[in-house]
Amino acid sequence: MALEIRDIYKHFGPVRANDGISFTVQEGSLHGILGENGAGKSTLMKILSGFYGADSGAVILNGEVLELGSPADAIDAGIGMLHQDPLVFLPLTVLDNFALGSPGPIPLDRSEILEELNRVSSGLGFEFDPSRLAGSLTIGERQQLAITRLMWLGAKVLIFDEPTTGISATQRLQLFATLRKLAENGLIVLFVSHKLEEVEDLCDSVTIIRQGRVVFEAEMPVPPETLVEKMFGKVFVEQGHDAVPLGDALLRLSGTVLTEGTTHIKDLNMDVAAGEVIGLAGLEGSGQRALLRACSGLLEPKAGVLSIDGKDMSKASYRDHLAAGVHYLPAGRLEEGLVHGISITEHFVLTSEDKSFFIDWKAAEKEAESEIGDYSIKGDPGSHAEGLSGGNQQRLLLAMIPDAVKLLLLEHPTRGLDVESAAYVWTRLLDRRLEGTSIVFASADLDELLRYSDRIVVFFGGEVFAVRNASDIDGEELGYLIGGKQRV
Amino acid sequence: MEATLNSIVAAAAPLIIAALGETITEKSGIINLSLEGSLRLSAMTAFVIAFWVGHALVGFAAAALVGAAIAAIIAYSSISLKLNQIAVGFVLTLLAVDLASFLGDSFVGERGPRVPALPIPFLSDIPFVGKVLFDHNLVVYASFVAIGATWWFFYHTRPGLIIQGIGERPEAAFARGINVNKLRFWYTVLGGAMVGIAGASYSLDVKLGWRETLTLNLGWIALALVIFGGWHPLRVALGAYLFGALQVLAFQLQDVFPGVSQILPVAPFPLMILALVVVHSAWFKRLGTRYPKLRNILGSEAPAALGTVFERE
Repeated sequence: MALEIRDIYKHFGPVRANDGISFTVQEGSLHGILGENGAGKSTLMKILSGFYGADSGAVILNGEVLELGSPADAIDAGIGMLHQDPLVFLPLTVLDNFALGSPGPIPLDRSEILEELNRVSSGLGFEFDPSRLAGSLTIGERQQLAITRLMWLGAKVLIFDEPTTGISATQRLQLFATLRKLAENGLIVLFVSHKLEEVEDLCDSVTIIRQGRVVFEAEMPVPPETLVEKMFGKVFVEQGHDAVPLGDALLRLSGTVLTEGTTHIKDLNMDVAAGEVIGLAGLEGSGQRALLRACSGLLEPKAGVLSIDGKDMSKASYRDHLAAGVHYLPAGRLEEGLVHGISITEHFVLTSEDKSFFIDWKAAEKEAESEIGDYSIKGDPGSHAEGLSGGNQQRLLLAMIPDAVKLLLLEHPTRGLDVESAAYVWTRLLDRRLEGTSIVFASADLDELLRYSDRIVVFFGGEVFAVRNASDIDGEELGYLIGGKQRV
Repeated sequence: MEATLNSIVAAAAPLIIAALGETITEKSGIINLSLEGSLRLSAMTAFVIAFWVGHALVGFAAAALVGAAIAAIIAYSSISLKLNQIAVGFVLTLLAVDLASFLGDSFVGERGPRVPALPIPFLSDIPFVGKVLFDHNLVVYASFVAIGATWWFFYHTRPGLIIQGIGERPEAAFARGINVNKLRFWYTVLGGAMVGIAGASYSLDVKLGWRETLTLNLGWIALALVIFGGWHPLRVALGAYLFGALQVLAFQLQDVFPGVSQILPVAPFPLMILALVVVHSAWFKRLGTRYPKLRNILGSEAPAALGTVFERE
């Protein structure tokens, strides 16, 4: 069995998303598809899974040309797709999620389906509580549920679209083990990513797509420099992390108690010096978000000290925090950061200091243009926020940070960004340290934490589990700490 | 007491059919806001057709068609034309209300055929229960069947799971190979037909003959019942019985307290709002977490994709 993709063309208006893509993947192979954002890999995967029709070209599985008019056709042909955000139904139980859309008689025999769920999931090494609501599962567990379902429906080809976005380090390890097992069992696994290290870790072979074309195909291993060069068309130098002299303590937490939802942080003690970069590591929901929200004035501490620049801010409002020079960039760029349906210019008008009643649109547009140039945002002053790519949304948010900021709080600053954009974001952020700005950021990306932090604070179960200088530890040790284990 | 309960069951029956029809529509993700108009136009049509033909059953069929036709307009304009469902539903309400008054004007006060009473043999002889539940006409029995059937359909069948899927997260349902928009269209039409049947039940059963104010505000109440019922058929029906009880009570107390007779007929409406406040309270929501088995019936969340357009990218 082999999956052959032959001469796929697909354009959207003048954009040639897929410009004649051909490659073949053999049975039992874990195949990486690399490409930066906008390279055309998502379009190709959507064609494979029946979401889009291709303009021309063919998908051939096991010698048979497939008619892929809809996802139903793809499922029938044995092609299953795992979306970046697993497509489960949040208010339904695990069991109902598993059953929904499965073929069978009209009356639903839940005990029979439960048997099937247990059979397939134990074969994959997953465990589910069938009566739990899908909404209470972590992203990683939702992925497992989706994989189980696709395997039950007889998938022969599984496509994973950026599956490690939003899952913890441990879940990533588990996911990778599952992917290897699936390939060993004779499936074709396509792993779509823009993260080099993941493809290096995992894949047997790789196809790199750039500007809608296949630019490179090889069996792994391939030196990372080659991969980077093929992905971006130019060699990309990673920026190192040079230390700046640290100032006095800017943020001070002492005996702070935070409660948010199911997260409880007891007795938090931490000092952050001016110009210091602190990385917050830990599984999702271990307390990093609560800490960031408390420091930004969105969450009031239950007890203890929270002082900024020597002033007690534990009871202060979000506005007071802004005035004190605190700026918070949440993870949900479109949900919490930007405004749907308004342009880049209007974003700058919204955040400007100018309090006059009428808007000077000419000046505003000029400012927007200069910021766009300054931060290399791909868009024009009239572009709407939701029309920008993830990387450009983040650049816009960066551009909107006021000049005089003492404390920058960031949640997953480079989530979903390609390597180049991520590096750019960090260059701009690190520049701010020279003016004495402290940065506290939460991330699930171990490399990012190690590369850019001065110190890493590891949360586990609502407590600061460990504090380490970034230069003293490696990824493996950090992974252990995040999992709540000290390396022996 | 028996007689009071009997009239509550009878009064609630058409409301149950209409509200369950709307529940089906909304579960699939479409809002048919035209209930007030659909109910009235179908009531008028049912009466006029039955009056001409001389058979109540033909009136019901015509009313179902009217309800289905209005629903089809809403479904088509929201699915294919991607218009705002609220706006279209509201305009259709106004149109249907006026159309009913205009077309039905010359039939006001006429006596037409009506659904005969049909006590179920043996069952209606059971003391108390028989009188309350089994001494009615076909509409009331149809409301019983509708409650059970809708509940079974939603929670114990494959298509029932799918309808929840397309109302909750249509893109996920689509990814599973489900034809979201086709199903939404037909569930909207089905719901509309049920609203039509409810309309016919008023002009051919509950009261005799057609008049403009026959179904006044009941369409809005049916819409509110769906929310009160948390999109769960059993709770929707419970809401309809509560409302029916309030109506019957208000009617009976008019003689006892003649002074407040002006207020009592409208009492059910503010009480309905109060009931909505209760089911959306934090206390009520906690009940759902405390008793996971009752999660479905205690939930108050609307289908997440309700009122939105699904486009296949």
